[in-house]
Amino acid sequence: MLTAEDKKMIQQIWEKVQGHQEDFGAEALLRMFTAYPQTKTYFPHFDLSPGSDQVRGHGKKVVNALGTAVKSIDNLSQALSELSNLHAYNLRVDPPCFALQLLSQSFQVVLATHLGKDYTPEVHAAFDKFLSAVAAVLAEKYR
Amino acid sequence: MVHWTAEEKQLISSIWSKVNVEECGAEALARLLIVYPWTQRFFASFGNLSSPTAISGNPMVRAHGKKVLTSFGEAIKNLDNIKTTYTKLSELHCDKLHVDPENFRLLGDILIIVLAAHFTRDFTPACHFAWQKLVNVVAHALARKYH
Repeated sequence: MLTAEDKKMIQQIWEKVQGHQEDFGAEALLRMFTAYPQTKTYFPHFDLSPGSDQVRGHGKKVVNALGTAVKSIDNLSQALSELSNLHAYNLRVDPPCFALQLLSQSFQVVLATHLGKDYTPEVHAAFDKFLSAVAAVLAEKYR
Repeated sequence: MVHWTAEEKQLISSIWSKVNVEECGAEALARLLIVYPWTQRFFASFGNLSSPTAISGNPMVRAHGKKVLTSFGEAIKNLDNIKTTYTKLSELHCDKLHVDPENFRLLGDILIIVLAAHFTRDFTPACHFAWQKLVNVVAHALARKYH
């Protein structure tokens, strides 16, 4: 459960992501594909080489969606409803939550590499909770 | 037996050579207890774990973190024989400590984030891959003797 303190930390960190959506998103995806090659199976139609326009574009999309989640942190279910439908009925990232967890880990590694010391244990905890909550909403309609 | 490429071995040892085992171990264990608070169930005797500050400053947490990461170093010294290296520890975690092996995976993830925050840009995607492989192998070896 996200406390008021968690939400504040998440908003603060998100301010540092502003302006870097495409970079952070692309890096998160690249790290995910490199560290967890099984995730590439969801993108057979993409050029996954470093610097790929498709990966950059998709990374930006993903981070913008996370931005929406941050803005609607008190109502994730509603804010992410469309995306939830998409993941459940079209994309069916499988098993529910697991692959999303790998993206969550990859995104946190990006934040950690860019924020260094500022990615404190408290911020780490808040973000891990937040990304778990997002993943849970996206997996809500799986069955 | 796990197969390590020369590059993976190099990425692992080059990061490891720069790790302060005491600091990094303390940090990793503290974060485990902070980010996944249910893991505190294994450390009831450690005293004050009431807040992130308390956990990070707790001398028993720090000491135990150092112990855990030092043991990790054994895996790195014996990359080609991690299974045997952890036989006894695996039995210990099952028979005496009663730790759900899922927790090894959690600690592995935490360690990766600690390394990422510490090494920033130098923790490249290739590094991340090699270390992810290592933490997976360690977690697997620790779970191997469970019954």
